Parts: sequence; C-alpha cells; structure tokens
Amino acid sequence: MKPGDSAAAIVRIRYFARLREALGCSEEDLAMPAAVHTVGDLAQFLRSRGGAWAVELAAGKPLLIAVNEDMAAAEAPIRKGDTIAFMPPVTGG
Amino acid sequence: MTVRVQTEDFDVGAEIGRLRADNPKIGALASFIGVVRDLNQGDSVSELTLEHYPGMTEKALEKIVSEARSRWELYDVLVIHRVGRLRPTDQIVLVVVASAHRGEAFQACEFLMDYLKTRAPFWKKERAGDATRWVETRDTDDTAARRWS
Repeated sequence: MKPGDSAAAIVRIRYFARLREALGCSEEDLAMPAAVHTVGDLAQFLRSRGGAWAVELAAGKPLLIAVNEDMAAAEAPIRKGDTIAFMPPVTGG
Repeated sequence: MTVRVQTEDFDVGAEIGRLRADNPKIGALASFIGVVRDLNQGDSVSELTLEHYPGMTEKALEKIVSEARSRWELYDVLVIHRVGRLRPTDQIVLVVVASAHRGEAFQACEFLMDYLKTRAPFWKKERAGDATRWVETRDTDDTAARRWS
C-alpha cells in the first residue's frame, strides 16, 4: 500500500490500560481486511493474530469498544478513517 | 455545565463558590468527593495511577451530565476528575450539582457518580509494595448504575 493511496481503507486502532500492556501496543493503523465491516468483525480479525491477541480479545472477556470516541456495540459498522478503541471495563471515580 | 479532566488538585470550596456565585435561584448544592484509600482487596496501596482516553473522556462525561440534566431540573453541574499519579488521601473526583431543592441535587449527584463509574474511560493502576496491578471492576458498580435505567 503506497502512502496517499485513496483506495486503502485505513482505520486507526487504539488500546488502553491493561489491554495496551498485555498486547504491547498502544495504537496501530490497519488496512481493513475485506471481511471486516463491523466492530465485531475487527475483534475477530485481531483475535486471529493469536497469542496475546487471542487471549485478551477472547469472546466473553469483558471488553469495551468505542468508535470515534463513542461506545459501540459489536454490530456497529466501521468506515474508512474511523478510530476504534479497545478498552478494559472502566474503573474511574 | 463544566467538565474538567486534570492532573492538578482542586479546591472544593472555591469550586462550589464559583458555581453558585450570583445565582439566587440555587437553593441546594450536593457534592461528592472521591478520595484515594490506602487499602484495596486487603493490600496496602501506596500509589495510584489514573489513565484515561483524552477526548473521549470529556465527551463521555458531558454526555452523562446531559443525561442528568434531562432527568432533573438542575441549575448547574460540575465534574472534575483527576488523572496521573495520586497517593492515599488525595482527592480524585468532584461532582457538584446545583438545583432549587435538595431532592434533585442528591439524586442527580448519585446518578452522576454511578454513571461515571461505569461509562467514563478511566482506569486505575495501583501500587502495593513492589507490585503494580490494574484495578478490577466491581459488580456493585454495575448494579448501582442499573437502578437508574
């Protein structure tokens, strides 16, 4: 993929707190695989990387996902240029 | 309405003073102050680090405040949440609600804290001795938030 290639559907993925540490990654830009249309698809794709990705993003693990800074459900669509955040359950206050 | 996320400490008296200044309609002010404890799950905690999602945190807090204002008649709301490194006895969070009567103020203040605890992207990491660990969520927080729905 060349820089400036407008056909590439790039999304930014961010990881927070325990997830960031466990995955060893705070953010990445990803060219969306053809099969990825929703938040759930993306989680599935990331799980397929195996190792910590499979463990930390395992189905049934409590996980919050935001699309462009709003909490989103697994069915939420993902579009080019979106920022998707994977977060553990929050513990503020 | 004001939402602030900051590393600095806050002065509760000064904040409430500013919030109520020149508004003779305010008859009730309810506030909540969250403080760092030195004990969690049986271990003595020496330090807490609060991480958040800059940008989303402010949006999430503003949404929670809007939700409170749609449920109760409120004159003003202030939410301050600290991030970064904190120690036991430090203040973490301040919620102040101004209304005409105490009922709305008490309820809205509790609602704001219950929602903040389950919806605002903050994460606590605590140090106990030489070890650090991410604080786990508590089921009681979810239960507390659910009673408002």
